[in-house]
Amino acid sequence: MTLTVNGSTRPLPRPANVAALLRDCGLDPAVVVVERNGTIVPGADYAATPLEPGDTLEILSFVGGG
Amino acid sequence: MTTTPEPDDFLEIGGTRLQSRLFVGTGKFGDDALIPAVCEASGAQVITMALRRVDLDAGPANLMGHIPAHMVRLPNTSGARTADEAVRIARLARAMGCGHWIKIEVVADSRHLLPDGYATARATETLAREGFVVLPYMNPDLYVARSLADAGAAAVMPLGAPIGTNRGLRTREMIAVLIEDLALPVIVDAGIGRPSQACEAMEMGAAACLVNTAIATAADPVGMARAFGRAVAAGREAFLSGPGAVRARASASSPLTGFLGQDGGRAPQEVAP
Repeated sequence: MTLTVNGSTRPLPRPANVAALLRDCGLDPAVVVVERNGTIVPGADYAATPLEPGDTLEILSFVGGG
Repeated sequence: MTTTPEPDDFLEIGGTRLQSRLFVGTGKFGDDALIPAVCEASGAQVITMALRRVDLDAGPANLMGHIPAHMVRLPNTSGARTADEAVRIARLARAMGCGHWIKIEVVADSRHLLPDGYATARATETLAREGFVVLPYMNPDLYVARSLADAGAAAVMPLGAPIGTNRGLRTREMIAVLIEDLALPVIVDAGIGRPSQACEAMEMGAAACLVNTAIATAADPVGMARAFGRAVAAGREAFLSGPGAVRARASASSPLTGFLGQDGGRAPQEVAP
């Protein structure tokens, strides 16, 4: 019952949705963008987007760049 | 201030009118808290950033908290090695809700960091069709530039020298060709290390300059940002003022007649033809 998040294995959050994952990771949903199995999850859909074992997630944010 | 631009001189990109022709980057600052003062001192209205995986142990950086609200956000697709990766990063950046401008950067060669013009054109075409304002980073090659224009780019961003080198306008002649040929704005990006080099690009007719490393790695980034803002404005004003002709031979600036003790108003000696 695990996920791959940013390349590392993590337990499935409870409830199993994107909003709970961000909460477990201590992340402010307003400053990240989430991709689930290669598809962007709109910010408004975090709570409504279920997670399943084996899902691959990418969580990104802006950093300094030129 | 002597850097006030002509009120009717603006750069329009993607329907946005910009008074400042300096774009600034956010990479390599010793302290990101300097960024608001850099924006203020430079007068820049466009600022770049990159998108990266969050470090789940450290949490996300607070970069966006340092960017003044009025700035146009120009995320880049750095890290992309193919057109598809650039498109993916662009869509993710737009999903962050910071606008629809994107600087396409496709670099497959990590040693030289030179952009892949063919992949850049493919990504430009896809993203322009999706409504992005696309500013592709490129080698200053005429045919690549025309491909980017045909693909729907809002401007082209030729490099002056390899990224992060501070070596100046090494590609000067090729950038001059793009300025002469293209209807699109030509924004010199990468390699500009000194305000004088940004000024020179603007005197040549560049539409704008993007500066990151030269400001971020200066001993006083805020002072350097102010210097770049003034240099870009000065170069623009010089371009608009029509620089005088370059001559091979000396040409006196003062009259060659009316010298003291002279007979009949003749010059004291013949001037070589």
